[in-house]
Amino acid sequence: MHLKSSALRLHVESALSGRVLSPFCLAETALPTTVPAGIPLLDQATGGLPRGGLTEIYGPACSGKTSFLQSALATRTASAEVCALVDAQDSFDPACAQSAGVALKQLLWIRCRTLDNAFRSVDVLLNGGGFGMVALDLSDTPARLVRQIPLNVWFRLRRTVENTSTILLVLSRESNAKTCASLVLRLEGETAAWSLRHRLRASRILHTPACLLDGWTTATEIIRSTARRKKLHFLNHSTNSEDQDHVRFTLRSKEIHSHLPDHERMKDPG
Amino acid sequence: MAFAAIFVPNFIFQSIARSEPELRIQPVAIIEGPPPTYRVIANNRLAQILGVTSGLTKASAEQFAGVQIRHRNSAQENAAHMALLDAAWSVSSRVEDAAPNALLTDIDGLARLFGSEEEIARRLLFRVSELGLDANVAVSTNVESARILARAVPGVTIVPPGQEPRFLETLPVAMLAPSPQLAEIFERWGITSCKSLASLPVLALSERAGQEGVHLHTLASGRGNRPLLVAQPADSFLEFFELDDAIDNLEPLSFLLGRLLQQLCARVSARALSVGMVQVNFELEEAFESTIVPSGESRGAMPSPKTFSCTLQLPVACSDATLLLKLLRLRLQSQPPGAPVRRICMRAEPARSRAVQSGLFAPVSPDPQKLELTLARIAAVVGESNLGSPQLLDTHRPDAFHMRKFSVAVSASPPLQKASSATQTAFRVFRPPLPAWVQLQRNVPVRVALQGMLGTVVHASGPWRTSGDWWEDRSWQEDAWDLEIQFPAGSVTPQALYRICCDLRLEKWWARGFYD
Repeated sequence: MHLKSSALRLHVESALSGRVLSPFCLAETALPTTVPAGIPLLDQATGGLPRGGLTEIYGPACSGKTSFLQSALATRTASAEVCALVDAQDSFDPACAQSAGVALKQLLWIRCRTLDNAFRSVDVLLNGGGFGMVALDLSDTPARLVRQIPLNVWFRLRRTVENTSTILLVLSRESNAKTCASLVLRLEGETAAWSLRHRLRASRILHTPACLLDGWTTATEIIRSTARRKKLHFLNHSTNSEDQDHVRFTLRSKEIHSHLPDHERMKDPG
Repeated sequence: MAFAAIFVPNFIFQSIARSEPELRIQPVAIIEGPPPTYRVIANNRLAQILGVTSGLTKASAEQFAGVQIRHRNSAQENAAHMALLDAAWSVSSRVEDAAPNALLTDIDGLARLFGSEEEIARRLLFRVSELGLDANVAVSTNVESARILARAVPGVTIVPPGQEPRFLETLPVAMLAPSPQLAEIFERWGITSCKSLASLPVLALSERAGQEGVHLHTLASGRGNRPLLVAQPADSFLEFFELDDAIDNLEPLSFLLGRLLQQLCARVSARALSVGMVQVNFELEEAFESTIVPSGESRGAMPSPKTFSCTLQLPVACSDATLLLKLLRLRLQSQPPGAPVRRICMRAEPARSRAVQSGLFAPVSPDPQKLELTLARIAAVVGESNLGSPQLLDTHRPDAFHMRKFSVAVSASPPLQKASSATQTAFRVFRPPLPAWVQLQRNVPVRVALQGMLGTVVHASGPWRTSGDWWEDRSWQEDAWDLEIQFPAGSVTPQALYRICCDLRLEKWWARGFYD
């Protein structure tokens, strides 16, 4: 029996010689390099966005997906990297992105109208290479259409981005990439925060409306993280605690952030 | 002083063979003249072996089996001449444009750059052959001797200083290009070689043959020296190709475009430059459909286009013909010419080659040349207007921006910006805005119907009033509200933050987008 298996092993190795170095040994994969997404709490929990991997962010509307995207774009462009955004439904707001710190000169924006065009554009971008981050925004695409994308498309994207320094970020309403993604985050918007919520009339002094949108808190659940799992395994940590998988961070609207400090804002100007 | 002369024998044939290299291994006769009395004016060696001679009619030339007949093309000759000049300029900046097929260059002082005179001559020969022409090169301290020897002796000829008479003595007098009257006189005298002409007494020759005779005597003696009339380099590069049969398919057309681009890039590279812009003008055959007009109304309203132009403006200069061909193919795929192509004229604007190298510690960015190809491929998918870098306009009009061409700025050390530390809420835009129905209570929205859903307003912030461009036709005036809307249970989005606007001019409500 032992002789048989040895002969078989030798046969397989000789058949694959030149193509596969050692077919019976698991290839050593190094930990992916990660970079911050610009949200400290989330970066701490996830370790950042993995380079050469697919990151999937999903959640319903108003959950903070686009805020996450803009934060990541701002961080990458601030590091003088060139980024690309494939906008499947043409819903990107450049004015909002600029106020969030995205250097628009370093951003290639591709406005698609169909899912097919979006995927073809991503394919060309990844094969072209050189981009720090390529983001595919499928947030507004109906979930049933995204669901129809075959899994092999996601595998192909993962294979294309592998061994490069590009971050492939996909935003959608549901998780679609499954095991192809190195990092999967589910975002859920919580109650919005309003200032001066009981005022119905605008203030003449500050020329402000009755109440102001402060922002909201987003709850994030880490569904999958290859880098984190490997790191934990390396450190011999046996279990993942529930707390480590859930992160909450606050999104603040730019008007509130820029105009007044908190104690001034909460005063009734009228 | 040392001068090099470049001469291209059988220039009319070579200018055509430059565009169609396969003609070099076939017998070819070049014809010219008013139709139908075309006459053969040039041919190659293979045609001569078959018996094709100059002066034959087209019908006679066609009797020889396998002989390719081509019409003389002055545009291609001009392009070949310009290519010859570029080859000479690639070695020396002092070039005289002596004739369409002959150039004179000053090679004095180039020894430290290129080596000996023979090495310089070989370099010139190599440059000319790179541009698709076979030439003779002669080097001498005497301009006229170099010119005559380049015409007479194939290959490279190096004349040591003071040895000009020895090199010229065997040449026939006809190489000095005397006038027909003087040629006849020399023939009657029995003067056939330069040596015999140089041995005549100058004074007696002057009395009998005049100043021309003296000039030819000086040339034959190897003493005809003069300063060069230096030509100025051209600002653009042109190449032509004329087709016997019009092409209506992109595949064969791109084959020709590739050939022209290779010629252009070789010429541009010879001048140590790169291509900054390529413009291709196609002369089109009149479409057959244009002659059949179905209705009387449209008769003559839309004439068939005669020319079609395609321009490639490169953000980073390059001299890679393959890359340029790919870009051109993608452009023609998205915007094809409307009729079969009969003639191609390609013009390249030169630009300085990129000399800056990316910084060692700078983050990775797309290679500018590869990026151009990537952008062209994506533009073929989504359209050129849907691709680029957004630039905000100086206005308060909602969603005001324009798309500019995306390019990667090349800098040795990119300035690092500091990203904002706080995470801001982002906004997603509906393009175009969605129509909405809004119910007001004390001028504050309380119920909103949107995308077939009716929701209750939980919180409302507004109105944010903006207006502008009232001095133009496209003025706007609107009140914007930030609304937190609660939709009925079971809907896709139970609660969302929308920006709803009231167009005060049209008195209509629109949803501009939502916060995400």
